[in-house]
Amino acid sequence: MADETTAETIRRIVEDRRTLPGALLPILHAIQDEIGWVPDDAVPTIATALHLSRAEVHGVISFYHHFRTRPAGRHVVQVCRAESCRSMGAMALEEHAKASLGVDFHETTGDGAVTLEPVYCLGNCACSPSIRIDDEIVGRVDAKRFDAEIAALRAAKEPA
Amino acid sequence: MSTRIYVPIDSTALSLGAERVARAIAAEAAKRGLDVTLVRNGSRGMFWLEPLVEVETPAGRVAYGPVQADDVSGLFEADFLAGAAHPLAIGCVKDQPWFAGQQRLTFSRVGLTDPLSLDDYRSYGGFEGLTRALAQAGADTVAQVTDSGLRGRGGAAFPTGIKWRTVADASADRKYVVCNADEGDSGTFSDRMLMEGDPYCLIEGMTIAAVAVGATQGYIYLRSEYPHAFRTLQAAISCARDAGYLGSNVMSSGKAFELEVRMGAGAYICGEETSMLESLEGKRGTVRAKPPLPAIAGLFGKPTVINNVMSFASVPVILARGAAFYRDYGMGRSRGTLPFQLAGNLKRTGLVECAFGLTLRELLYDYGGGSASGRPIRAVQVGGPLGAYVPESQFDVPLDYEAYVGIGAMIGHGGIVAFDDTVDIAGMARYAMEFCAVESCGKCTPCRIGSTRGVEVIDRIIAGEERGKNIALLGSLCDTMLAGSLCALGGMAPYPVQSALKHFPEDFGVPRANDQAAA
Repeated sequence: MADETTAETIRRIVEDRRTLPGALLPILHAIQDEIGWVPDDAVPTIATALHLSRAEVHGVISFYHHFRTRPAGRHVVQVCRAESCRSMGAMALEEHAKASLGVDFHETTGDGAVTLEPVYCLGNCACSPSIRIDDEIVGRVDAKRFDAEIAALRAAKEPA
Repeated sequence: MSTRIYVPIDSTALSLGAERVARAIAAEAAKRGLDVTLVRNGSRGMFWLEPLVEVETPAGRVAYGPVQADDVSGLFEADFLAGAAHPLAIGCVKDQPWFAGQQRLTFSRVGLTDPLSLDDYRSYGGFEGLTRALAQAGADTVAQVTDSGLRGRGGAAFPTGIKWRTVADASADRKYVVCNADEGDSGTFSDRMLMEGDPYCLIEGMTIAAVAVGATQGYIYLRSEYPHAFRTLQAAISCARDAGYLGSNVMSSGKAFELEVRMGAGAYICGEETSMLESLEGKRGTVRAKPPLPAIAGLFGKPTVINNVMSFASVPVILARGAAFYRDYGMGRSRGTLPFQLAGNLKRTGLVECAFGLTLRELLYDYGGGSASGRPIRAVQVGGPLGAYVPESQFDVPLDYEAYVGIGAMIGHGGIVAFDDTVDIAGMARYAMEFCAVESCGKCTPCRIGSTRGVEVIDRIIAGEERGKNIALLGSLCDTMLAGSLCALGGMAPYPVQSALKHFPEDFGVPRANDQAAA
């Protein structure tokens, strides 16, 4: 159950965008940007506002890799699995990321610091292999660099 | 007098520490009481030198790279503000052989200008094309684009002018121009570089298209993996609107064109034009059956021009300099230039815009400098994850749409991913099928089921289970996907697989029958 504040946030976002042509993706992006994920409680609110069935809204959320229906860790780390990164050692990096964080893709570390995700190309192919940490892309990442970035994330003071 | 210093704000430069360099330069200048103006430009595309810092001096723009934040005080110490010598100094970018040999038509401004400065854009020929388009009939603009020989740079290479004419000839109360900026192919980044480095060029190209076909609303469908490009485009659209280049009265012509960026959500399939339209309409990004063509019934059922970023960005120069100017570059039916993207295991990766007709060998060795690892280059995937693996014996085939089709390959969006001799091509073939399974929209069976069966059968081949029978089965599966899929995802995923098996059978445990791999 979302608390009242979350429900209000969702209603405001939906209200602001419901008349946009093709409003569903902009609404889902805004919800995820503000709340961090798309709560199940958002589905009926969106469906009613856009005159869609709940199944249609759910179908769209589940179709796109970007939208998450559970909270992520404090940081989302994406490791590129695509060809260019593979030519420069991405498969070893992927193994290292999973082993060092102790999670598989789509999982969050026990301390809640990092959610690990696969990604298929970050457009940084001139400096493979690449990872994305939240909205920042890091190029030419090896195991050592990966560990340093993760350590920096964990060391950074998180807002309460 | 203030010295202008350029530090790129391009994603790749940022991924190598450009932001820290910019901050270090600002701090060091303040500490020394020196008057500098930091310009955050796009990238010149020489990524082995990023972060590349350029200083404007009386002798030209002197470049230093790759610069890290802890190099900055030393650069000041050496008086780099006067363009002085330093171990990181490389001279002027325009004099570098790597740069000087290119024919930069679409990328003429990228890296040179402040991406959001309209003054910069105009001073390098910006809006000359739009000015011409507004002064002539739409049909004349369409004819010019057709005569230029421009073909769709997203990968399908369909003649752009013919698409525009179809939309122009359709009658409707509303028409759309949609830019496909869902650049999902691994090894490609030209769209991103242009959107981050010269966004007005894309805006101008789309506006020319709108004016030519009578469209009033445009969308840029941008992939969510490009957060920097998103912010740059948003800012550029807002500046362009304030300056009267977008909006209800474009350049006082009385014509209206509104433009909006829409963010994708991490689905490769939305680079396919009909699933992109579904996504823009707020639906699952499943592929539509064609016909009807989007040019007749596209976004919200209305006639819609859909082009890739590079196609739109090539239009301003065609209008400004004329169709013949553009058409004079290239070979055969591949006219003009293509911004090739050198990626993967290469020493000098980056953006090389050249006329069609040069060879992969020139790109890999003359521009790319060979592999980054120093080992032999064994295979090159051209044209993204649905493109073929090209062996060394084919490196001298000219990069021309038709010549590539002739060897069972495709140029696509111009991405070049090099692999050295440590690559396991059977593993890459397996990955091609795995990727197709992850990204399939699920609408048609050959793609949805075929890709998963493809992974399984390749696993059996690699494991040596009834190898002959399973190779025949894989061949049949590929034929089914090629012929039976609704769109290019399932329809082309077999290309990397078949080319891998044909040119590199030993990686699948199959001895080479003979050395007849050459086309």
